[in-house]
Amino acid sequence: MTTSETHKKMGKEKLQRIIEMCGAIENHTVDPFTLNVDEIITWVKEYFPDWEQVEELNLDSEALHHLASVIKLQSEWVKHRSTSLYTDPFLLEEKIMQTSKQQLADVFLKAWHPIIEMEQLNLRSISDGLLYWETLSPLNQRWKNFDAQEVAISTISRDELIAQRILSNREFSVELESYWQELKNKIEQDGAEGKVEYWNFIGANSYEETVQRAFLTSFLVTYGYATLEIDKLEETVHIKTFEKQQTRLLSKQSTSIPISVTCENWQKWKRGELN
Amino acid sequence: MSSKKKGVYSGKVRRATQMLLYKRHQKPGVKGWELRKALGSDYPKVLDILDEHLRDLDLQVKTVFEEGKTSEEKPTLDELDKARFYVTLRGDSVSKEPKMIGWRIDDLAGLAITISYIISKKGQASRKDVEKLLGEKLPDWKVGLNIDRYIRYGYLMQDDKQQLFLDWRTRAEVDEKALIDLLLAAEKGEATELPTEENESQSEENHEEINE
Repeated sequence: MTTSETHKKMGKEKLQRIIEMCGAIENHTVDPFTLNVDEIITWVKEYFPDWEQVEELNLDSEALHHLASVIKLQSEWVKHRSTSLYTDPFLLEEKIMQTSKQQLADVFLKAWHPIIEMEQLNLRSISDGLLYWETLSPLNQRWKNFDAQEVAISTISRDELIAQRILSNREFSVELESYWQELKNKIEQDGAEGKVEYWNFIGANSYEETVQRAFLTSFLVTYGYATLEIDKLEETVHIKTFEKQQTRLLSKQSTSIPISVTCENWQKWKRGELN
Repeated sequence: MSSKKKGVYSGKVRRATQMLLYKRHQKPGVKGWELRKALGSDYPKVLDILDEHLRDLDLQVKTVFEEGKTSEEKPTLDELDKARFYVTLRGDSVSKEPKMIGWRIDDLAGLAITISYIISKKGQASRKDVEKLLGEKLPDWKVGLNIDRYIRYGYLMQDDKQQLFLDWRTRAEVDEKALIDLLLAAEKGEATELPTEENESQSEENHEEINE
């Protein structure tokens, strides 16, 4: 092995060690100040002219990238130490050991300002409740019996189910994929910043079709094809598509977002009054 | 201020009081944008007037900004809209016993230790470390229960890597800087009288009722 090859090999090993050390610091297992950044940069500079292959240059840039992360951690550490909230954890631990439980509670009481909140009923809420009860129809009036005729049991074909609009003539997954594509096209044509207003996407000529589109949109969001952006201040809802289906979302506990798709809202949307 | 204007403001102050004191959501407090919607864009002024009224009752309007915003900087309207407002005890003249609102002294001390330790660790500490620290002065069976309770009440939160962070209730209720300063300045003094067994169990029940 020639001298230059040995030098190169040593350089690679050093870069590997730098990357490992930086990794440990990034994982908070080592103090960021154990690394002498100036010395490391001198090494990196020293070996840089030897690198010719792509892998070697990659290794060099990876080491620099990790070094930058360590410098960021060092700066965060300095920033935190300079704030008025910084206290040496060891000093604090020591203090906690020396102080009695009673004293600790006394100290805490001086810095504690519990929230005041009332959960009690008031006259207004009771009278509202009474008023509601008076106007509420009895259950037997609200849940009227369905006047259903008894029919004989028989078989029904898929075509008949489609004709009665119980089943769609396409498989649901296929329908959802094509609906996803439609969303992408809509965003491309009418969208801004990669999103489109919710009602402008689900709104259709008939109310029935609008409800059908809202139903499919809910599955696009649930199955990770798209997401909703809700601005509570502006009271707007936008829909945004993902490039690929986000399966990660399915494994997490999700939140339900109720959006009212009433006939009244649909009429308002048709008249351009909704937004 | 004209009498008409005074009338408008007294109405708004009343409305703000109801919004802040009566429970509206799962979590207490009201968001700035909700107050703006109900009271108008001058809601910060309404809250200032309410704060003055509350001073006599030893209460205050507390503003908790989204993370990263310190109270020293003057807030923008956008920051106020995103902030959460609460009514809390001002605590200038309150005596110790009523302020404990039914907490046992060792549970309160445990909370104090946990919060100060997390603050000193840049706002994040492993549950194991906190358990070890609490275990120095609390029985082992109580340590885990207490941490779970602090999490349930909203003082702490825990991620899936068993790391503990300060949660919304600590930000709303605890003056973090004062706590650390007071703790470091604390010297061995007279022990506070511990509540009796009977009082403890009774007050514990009351607190569970309030918080559950």
